Amino acid sequence: MSTILETRGLNRSFGAVTAARELNVKIESGEVVGVIGSNGAGKTTFINMVTGYLPPSSGEILFEGKSIVGKSTREIIRNGMTRSFQVAQLFPEMTVLDNLLIALVAAEGPRPSFLGGLRSRSRIARADEILEEFAVQQYRNAIVSAVPQGARKLIDIAMALIGKPRMLLLDEPTSGVSVEEKFPLMDTVMLAVRRHKVTVLFVEHDMEIVERYVSRVLAFYSGEIISDGVPAKVFGDAKVQELVIGHGHGRKTEDKERSAA
Amino acid sequence: MTTLYAILIDGMIYASWLFMVAAGLTVIYGVMRILNMAHGSFYSIGAYTGASLVGWYFSGAQGAPYWSYALLLGAALVSGVVVGLLIEQGLLQFMYKRDEILMVIVTYALLLILEDATKLIFGVDPYFTFQPYSLLGRSEIGELTFANYDLALIAVAAVIGAACWLTLNRTHTGKVLRAVIQDREIAIAMGVNVKLMFAATFVVGTTLGAIAGALTAPAISVSPGIGVEVIVLAFAVVVVGGLGSIEGAIVGALLVGITRAAAVHLAPQIELFVIYGVMALVLAVRPQGLFGRDLARKI
Amino acid sequence: MLKLDKTEIWLVVSALVLLASAFLLPNWLTFILTLALAKALVVQGVVIQMRAGLVSFGQGLFFCIGGYSVGMGGAFLNIHDAFVLVALGVAASVGVAAILGLLMTRYRDIFFAMLSLALSMILYGLIVKNQALGSTDGFNVHDVSFLGWMPAGEDQKLVIFVLTVIVAGGIAIALNRYMKSGLGGVNEAIKENEIRVEFLGLSPRWILYANYLFAAGISAVGGAFTALATGHVDPEMAFWTTSGEFVFIALLGGTSHVAAPFIAAVLFALVRTYALELAPHSWQMILGFVLLAIIVFLPKGLWSLVAGKRRAAA
Repeated sequence: MSTILETRGLNRSFGAVTAARELNVKIESGEVVGVIGSNGAGKTTFINMVTGYLPPSSGEILFEGKSIVGKSTREIIRNGMTRSFQVAQLFPEMTVLDNLLIALVAAEGPRPSFLGGLRSRSRIARADEILEEFAVQQYRNAIVSAVPQGARKLIDIAMALIGKPRMLLLDEPTSGVSVEEKFPLMDTVMLAVRRHKVTVLFVEHDMEIVERYVSRVLAFYSGEIISDGVPAKVFGDAKVQELVIGHGHGRKTEDKERSAA
Repeated sequence: MTTLYAILIDGMIYASWLFMVAAGLTVIYGVMRILNMAHGSFYSIGAYTGASLVGWYFSGAQGAPYWSYALLLGAALVSGVVVGLLIEQGLLQFMYKRDEILMVIVTYALLLILEDATKLIFGVDPYFTFQPYSLLGRSEIGELTFANYDLALIAVAAVIGAACWLTLNRTHTGKVLRAVIQDREIAIAMGVNVKLMFAATFVVGTTLGAIAGALTAPAISVSPGIGVEVIVLAFAVVVVGGLGSIEGAIVGALLVGITRAAAVHLAPQIELFVIYGVMALVLAVRPQGLFGRDLARKI
Repeated sequence: MLKLDKTEIWLVVSALVLLASAFLLPNWLTFILTLALAKALVVQGVVIQMRAGLVSFGQGLFFCIGGYSVGMGGAFLNIHDAFVLVALGVAASVGVAAILGLLMTRYRDIFFAMLSLALSMILYGLIVKNQALGSTDGFNVHDVSFLGWMPAGEDQKLVIFVLTVIVAGGIAIALNRYMKSGLGGVNEAIKENEIRVEFLGLSPRWILYANYLFAAGISAVGGAFTALATGHVDPEMAFWTTSGEFVFIALLGGTSHVAAPFIAAVLFALVRTYALELAPHSWQMILGFVLLAIIVFLPKGLWSLVAGKRRAAA
């Protein structure tokens, strides 16, 4: 195994508020790492810095050994790190198929051609494979805005995987998804992730999900990582119990959505 | 030195006029997020009703000539309120959920309709009502003379500006309005009658446009197309200051007004160019305008 | 290599019909059609950008640059070949767009609309105050030749009509390709969710920039042919109401089919010819009501009537 992502002394403050303090993280390729912490603990700041959306105040981020600080979101994506979104980011007035076709076009290169048709046979074949892989074939020709939340999340993640990333950031994959749907959804996602051999970093409020799917947990509190290790160790930590789980656990999905919006 | 004074005073006069024209536009955008392309039409409606009423007054009625100022204002109030209310209630209130850019197109359609409606009602021949303008005479400042009417406009603009600012910042209604501006959803949840606020704001905005038109009428020949020319100037002012900000409209008007006056006196061939040049320059450097709020972008 | 799809075959057929009809139609009608097609090219420029979510209220800028290039090329540079003049217009327009585009592509929504309006008004302001360019009256365009051939009087009009049809047809085919291509799809994606496009590793700004240049180019072609056909240019070309008319026609036709702007422009021109005669002071009012009706009832433009029927029949 090799280190795929490493942060060294990462800091970020917004005015007087410190959202990230001396973050030193090393993620090995193939790991599935869960990021937990209550709202304002610094999870989102961490994810945003790693994806290039937010520049760190100081510190270094290495992706596959190369610094990505100062690189644009786009360059980072092209380098092999993509992300999904808490609220699925799709093209709402297009069909699910067209959404995937656009993602396929994007995966072919940064300068799409204006000559070949969008709906080429090879792209459609590829899109159909993806629809099957994510078990959303029945929505193939539906307009996205008419598709249920869970399926939208899957399509969002599928689109993030189309560019063949080596690392994927999942932002609350089960938020907004019903209790019955969340495990099947995560099973589908994790299957795809393993098939693509992608390292996963995911932010999640739902501790059941975290416990079941991750190999390692980073617990954030007030801009710092207070515990890092296998789930059993982190969840057993008294500090984590008090500061993180006490806050984040057991709340209804709707609450989370509202507070995050 | 004389040129400098001329530039300053002309600039002030022009700026006051610009501010009056732009105030209604910025009030409507600030509260309702509607960039009202038809704003110039309210200006022209005010100008036409003012001019025809005053023309009638001087041709027949036996009152003191000073009453014509009251008539001008009255004409603007009535036409602005009536037409504004009609349009808000009859059309706009059904479209508040639409995109900002779509509302631009809706109000563009309104402009087309109002332009022709004005022509149908008032005809296409120009109206001249110079009496209220010449009545006040002229005064000398150094070697320069200025029409007192123009100088009085500076005072009127100041009153309008102060009234807008005080209403927004020092009254209960203003507080409620600011809540609506901050977050429409929360304001509704707090029990604010947003529909009423919107209707009132729109009517105030259109009436401000009509007042600007009526007060300008004695100084110009009122003819078709004045509204179309005015609207782009108002855009320039409002965009420079920051859409939706009264303070911004004041600063924008001063900036554009004095720049234009300087151009008129120093390099007349770039007179129009500088107005839009200032607008483009401000947009390029600070797209939200000098006093606009930052544009947040979120995932 | 160049295999035409169904739309493109229809475009070629319509162009051929138009060309054949040139010899049958009265002169005033071919003249109106020439202007309508030229205008439709500018509208295509608006539509390209609309498909990516941007509404230009200043496309008249490039329409005007195209027209004035033809006029000024003849008057000041002593260029009299129509092809060179049109090329000059396109080059000037794309050149200006290359610079302005760097700025414009940073803006969206009403800011894009306002800034485009401001830029075209800057040009208007410059021309209006320029005596050498005839100020508000504009000036007449010199007679032109076509690769050395100089047809007389009415024949010249006919040649210009033929050229306009051919060029418009060619551009329409190119636009059809563009619309249906992968990049065309990305354009719609930008309109719907720009952030997602960025997170797919594409640069919306680069695409919008390319659109802006492309739109500027074909708008200039429209302006150049308008100047050639009318033999006159004036600053109204850059006035914002002219741009408003382009937006109107774009919405009238809708953005879903490459033929829509052409049909809408011809319809617009024909209706206007009669409306201006019958009701000179309510023409704009009619436009206003039509626009409102379209926004409320046909948000995808007149073309949705055609498309809707076809879907119902299928």
